[in-house]
Amino acid sequence: MIATESLSMRFPRVTALDRLSLDIGPGVTGLVGANGAGKSTLIKILLGLSPATEGRAAVLGLDVATEGGRIRERVGYMPEHDCLPPDVSATEFVVHMARMSGLPPAAARERTADTLRHVGLYEERYRPIGGYSTGMKQRVKLAQALVHDPQLVFLDEPTNGLDPVGRDEMLGLIRRVHTDFGISVLVTSHLLGELERTCDHVVVIDGGKLLRSSSTTDFTQTTATLAVEVTDSDEHPDGTAALREALKDRGVATQDDGGGLPGAGHTVLLEAADEDTYDLVRDVVADLGLGLVRMEQRRHHIAEVFRTDESGSSGKPDESEQLTERAAAWAATAAAAEQTQTGGGRDAR
Amino acid sequence: MPADSTQIHNIGYRHYEGQRLGRAYAARSLFSQSLRGAYGLGRSAKSKVLPMILFGVMCAPALIMVAVAVATKANDLPVDYTRYAVLLQAVIGLYLAAQAPQTVSRDLRFKTVPLYFSRPIERVDYVRAKFAALASALFILTAFPLIVLYVGALLAKLDFADQTKGFAQGLVSVALLSVLFSGIALVISAVTPRRGFGIAAVIAVLTISYGAVSTVQAIAHEQGSSEAISWLGLFSPITLIDGVQTAFLGATSAFPGEQGPSTGTGLVYVLVVLALIAGSYAGLLRRYRKAGL
Repeated sequence: MIATESLSMRFPRVTALDRLSLDIGPGVTGLVGANGAGKSTLIKILLGLSPATEGRAAVLGLDVATEGGRIRERVGYMPEHDCLPPDVSATEFVVHMARMSGLPPAAARERTADTLRHVGLYEERYRPIGGYSTGMKQRVKLAQALVHDPQLVFLDEPTNGLDPVGRDEMLGLIRRVHTDFGISVLVTSHLLGELERTCDHVVVIDGGKLLRSSSTTDFTQTTATLAVEVTDSDEHPDGTAALREALKDRGVATQDDGGGLPGAGHTVLLEAADEDTYDLVRDVVADLGLGLVRMEQRRHHIAEVFRTDESGSSGKPDESEQLTERAAAWAATAAAAEQTQTGGGRDAR
Repeated sequence: MPADSTQIHNIGYRHYEGQRLGRAYAARSLFSQSLRGAYGLGRSAKSKVLPMILFGVMCAPALIMVAVAVATKANDLPVDYTRYAVLLQAVIGLYLAAQAPQTVSRDLRFKTVPLYFSRPIERVDYVRAKFAALASALFILTAFPLIVLYVGALLAKLDFADQTKGFAQGLVSVALLSVLFSGIALVISAVTPRRGFGIAAVIAVLTISYGAVSTVQAIAHEQGSSEAISWLGLFSPITLIDGVQTAFLGATSAFPGEQGPSTGTGLVYVLVVLALIAGSYAGLLRRYRKAGL
């Protein structure tokens, strides 16, 4: 979908992109970086709106330098900032934007009604946008990016300014844009944590350089960790400990959940090598006569992967060391951000 | 009723397979949306009030003149076609001050501009569409009273050839006026995303320049330097139009002592008008080079 080759963008004072080479396939791709890492500059170049200082880039197989118009016809863009006039209704606004994308009047109206319904705006779409909540405005912004049925959408910080519930809804919506609508997505965020649930692929850039590009399954699903929680019974007053013992007898190593979270001591973590492990756990719990409260796959967080990766990467010693250092720093901030985020979420609920 | 006919069908997402009409169509849509917007059509009821009132005010004198001409069986209309816009320049100024910022600074203030530029249209299309829309809106405002006058003149059975010639000259004059005035007003209001500033600046530029020019012209007239009067007219938009139509469109100048420019000086007037139009177009293009995304 997107390919760049040593793409650079230099302004008189700063280098926004530094020889960035990317190859992004279909699906949902997250573009992560701190503020000023070059995310918006990259999107601007990919839309064919500002020429890169050097290097090449192609979107949907079209060269950004020469075929910007054709790219923009088949791509949608949702900017980071507010971009909605308050005195018109969502319907009027999106119809106008559909016509700006080249849709004939009748089709523009039909697509607008469809798209607004898909992003979850119903009766309120006839009211002026000025009275909308932030969440509703974000939906209108998403709708205007999707109304002409593009093959690819660029979403610049779509979760900015949303509360945790709104954030989850927006991320779910983004996921649906790909799974239900068949439209590929490039979504930027400065929060690594929120992209791992949504994206198939994550690209991390910092200071205009590529830090890492891998699929989220690489990041998080190489080993499936299983979290098991059981009830206590009269026979086994401490069900968790009993399960631990029983599993140890069968040669399965377990760990504490740790982390000091409430209820963490009552969760048994184990590595599921294959399907048989699930059956084994089920049988062991049944033999002990305990109730199985839950058994779930726990995915690693991308942040953890960064942390454990510190010693693993190869390449030029200097550079890779520097890069992994930065990656670790990234992981730390991302983890911190995520913690405050989930904390906030609990408060809000 | 069979059970399966009462199901609610979720038709899911449908792809758009129809036509995509591309850049030229998008630019035309932007033009018509902006033109309608300049009269408040397709916007809230509140924003229709001012342009409609000004449109009425612009046409009312023409209707009265026609009524008088028909009733008194006069030999000629009380005002020349070319003179009408000059007489009602205050109304034109007010209309521009209200609608030019509306046309451009709304998109700047609410940062809608990036949404346009992330679509097939280019900077040039956006500027042309907005420019053409405001010029057309102004042409409608200034040409409609002339049509009223012309139809009235024919009803009053005035000389057909004479009236048609005057009407045609009047149309050319207001067309030039529309393009020149809307160019100037758009550049001024595109500078600031704040609508209030735009309104004030447009009124200031139009009225102060006219006030200054006509004052200095009056002084020159007192001192008998008629040559200076015609050159001074170069410094305000409305006197520029007056000069052009005096030199080439058979109008009687509104300058003190009717000291309009001669044909030679008139050429300079035309050049200045064209330069101003081209300059404001270039200025707008420059402005939007910065405003994209």
